[in-house]
Amino acid sequence: MATEILMPALSPTMEEGTLAKWLKKEGDEVKSGDIIAEIETDKATMEFEAVDEGILGKILVQEGTQGVAVNTAIAVLIEEGESADDIEAPAEPEAKTEAPAEKSEAKPAASAVEAVETPEPDRSPDWPEGTPMKTMTVREALREAMAEEMRRDENVLLMGEEVGEYQGAYKISQGLMDEFTERRVVDTPISEIGFTGIATGAAFAGLRPIVEFMTFNFSMQAIDHIINSAAKTLYMSGGQMGCPIVFRGPNGAAARVGAQHSQDYAAWYSAIPGLKVVMPYSAADAKGLLKQAIRDANPVIFLENEILYGRSFEVPDLEDFTIPFGKARIARKGADVTIVSFGIGVAHSLDAAEKLAEQGIDAEVIDLRTLRPLDYASIIESVKKTNRLITVEEGFPVGSIGNHISAYVMENAFDWLDAPVINCTGKDVPMPYAANLERHALITVDEVVEAVRKVTYK
Amino acid sequence: MARKPSSEGETPANVSKDELLQYYRDMLLIRRFEEKAGQLYGMGLIGGFCHLYIGQEAVVVGLEACAKEGDKRITSYRDHGHMLACGMEANGVMAELTGREGGYSKGKGGSMHMFSREKHFYGGHGIVAAQVPLGAGLAFADKYLGNDNVTFTYFGDGAANQGQVYETYNMAAQWDLPVVFVIENNQYAMGTSVKRSTRSTSLFGRGEAFGISGEQVDGMDVLAVKAAGEKAVEHCRAGKGPYILEVMTYRYRGHSMSDPAKYRTREEVQKMRDERDPIENIREILLQGKHASEDELKALDKEIKDIVNESAEFAKESPEPALEELWTDIYADELPQGSATENA
Repeated sequence: MATEILMPALSPTMEEGTLAKWLKKEGDEVKSGDIIAEIETDKATMEFEAVDEGILGKILVQEGTQGVAVNTAIAVLIEEGESADDIEAPAEPEAKTEAPAEKSEAKPAASAVEAVETPEPDRSPDWPEGTPMKTMTVREALREAMAEEMRRDENVLLMGEEVGEYQGAYKISQGLMDEFTERRVVDTPISEIGFTGIATGAAFAGLRPIVEFMTFNFSMQAIDHIINSAAKTLYMSGGQMGCPIVFRGPNGAAARVGAQHSQDYAAWYSAIPGLKVVMPYSAADAKGLLKQAIRDANPVIFLENEILYGRSFEVPDLEDFTIPFGKARIARKGADVTIVSFGIGVAHSLDAAEKLAEQGIDAEVIDLRTLRPLDYASIIESVKKTNRLITVEEGFPVGSIGNHISAYVMENAFDWLDAPVINCTGKDVPMPYAANLERHALITVDEVVEAVRKVTYK
Repeated sequence: MARKPSSEGETPANVSKDELLQYYRDMLLIRRFEEKAGQLYGMGLIGGFCHLYIGQEAVVVGLEACAKEGDKRITSYRDHGHMLACGMEANGVMAELTGREGGYSKGKGGSMHMFSREKHFYGGHGIVAAQVPLGAGLAFADKYLGNDNVTFTYFGDGAANQGQVYETYNMAAQWDLPVVFVIENNQYAMGTSVKRSTRSTSLFGRGEAFGISGEQVDGMDVLAVKAAGEKAVEHCRAGKGPYILEVMTYRYRGHSMSDPAKYRTREEVQKMRDERDPIENIREILLQGKHASEDELKALDKEIKDIVNESAEFAKESPEPALEELWTDIYADELPQGSATENA
């Protein structure tokens, strides 16, 4: 039976090429793997190997022919005993691909963000009314969250630099190695990409590692595994491979540690589908959200703050409680303006709200708590009430969380706005060391107050 | 040099006739499958990057012969051979190459990103050397869970120059992880030969710095690969930590389909094909030892051709994924079924 040899595609983008040279002539025997022709693409001259075997019965496209479309029959192979004379050149080149026609042409989505409809916000209490509370620091809350989850699930382990014997660079993991042994509290060498990859592989296999970065600045060494390995594998495997893992550690500026140790990664990680991103402010949220993160079946980025570690908050005195992702907290009720923030930005926002109250402006402060998923509903609901919005975060201004929220609100609540949205962010500079410069590089309470005065035209 | 064929009726040491036939069959399946994939690529049915395994078949077939149920494997983007060798279906692999619903990743992964929980195949990774710590992590999980499973972590001579490999060696040795690091040294990292990229050309020897034993193996000889693999696996299962196999092999085709391969001579490739081909090597042993007749091998060839042709048909007929698939599998509600921890 005669077999057509088709003009091959030799690169991901090739649609046509030049048949530069035939290396076999009519009547020659062709074996699988023989080079039969040279084909020029826009990038290179490629050797074209035969796949099928037979005798080159007829050359249909002569050498030197330019612009030969991919999948055009260029020659015909025949078997022994067949005659080349029986072959008729096909009149039309075959269609470029046999892929089903463009039935799957996508309708453009209303927005690139999947959940455009904003449902009713969830305003249920995080824990039952009347729950006894205890005072504890964010540091203690994080430690309790890990210890409780490690007691609850044998597959949870902690891995990172100085988490065990040293008791944690910031003492978050103090005492954990004593209770859980070095099997489950794993001290690593200083090898971020290596141990992040190892922990991700362990999560593929079903363990639930918590990876502590001594600070999130060092996660840059490992970001390939966080994004390309942890975040994307569920999708790339058609849902087969889960990656239940938590990456946690202090994020953002501490004090006077300079540019390489002072950066907020909230917007970076929130840009990635497949990751969940948490950035708590209070100790209760730190505890409830970390427990939730450890139980989640997906990779979770958990951004802490060194300055907040030592701050005390009221935490529910419950044997077990978690806080769901995607549910913002109204940190302060108000009527005149909405301030949306997260992490340490909430502290600045609440301080600003106090000052504003003295000036007769009643600000509502929303603590997002999680950035992915993001509680759009709570923002929209508040904007519909106050008609004014500012966002507060420590990160850089370009491509910030505030930018994204502004765009979302403009698309979905444009008619409710009485003033342009202002994004209060860190300055567009690497973090300076000098104390006075550092103060100016960071977002300040005064800047938040000023932004609110602008949007309220006061 | 081709392995010296045994005399009539005898098989080489420690290998039965059935095993020889099995290796021949498995290698031939990979070869024919890859040839077909190359053809479908030429027809525009497979897109993007497509890295063929032709020439390297003995590596994965020899090592799979040392694996038991529960062992894991992970590799780079040159992964079609690994999938077929661990028992994944040709249909599902080919349909993933064409980006169809019937593919292992429902068409969402492509040539470089395929997985099978059932066969403990953990990808298919497109970032050079990323699979090395991931593979050590799979081994970490098995050690944590206290079973005797081993993970085969494959990477190339190119990946061997990535820093994360050595971070991984260090930790795998320190923690005695049961991982066989298989360096498939096909001598070219895309277009750069080993000697043009390092003064330290003994790749397995680099493990010494971390206290990891290893050896170089003739990767064109499936029996040599299997023998070395058994030793490595035994080492890992016995709790002695990782082991490195540097398997010397050769890829006949370009790095990917769009590689004109001007960095080596046509003669070099032809010489390997003529003198060292792993499939011809076993074929010779089978015929000269009279373990199989020409007719039996012909029948086997036809059986393989039919499987491959059927996979190509399946891959063409299988529909493109439904549009809803764009938005699925981004987040999981629960851990996917079949995690290692469930069998602990």
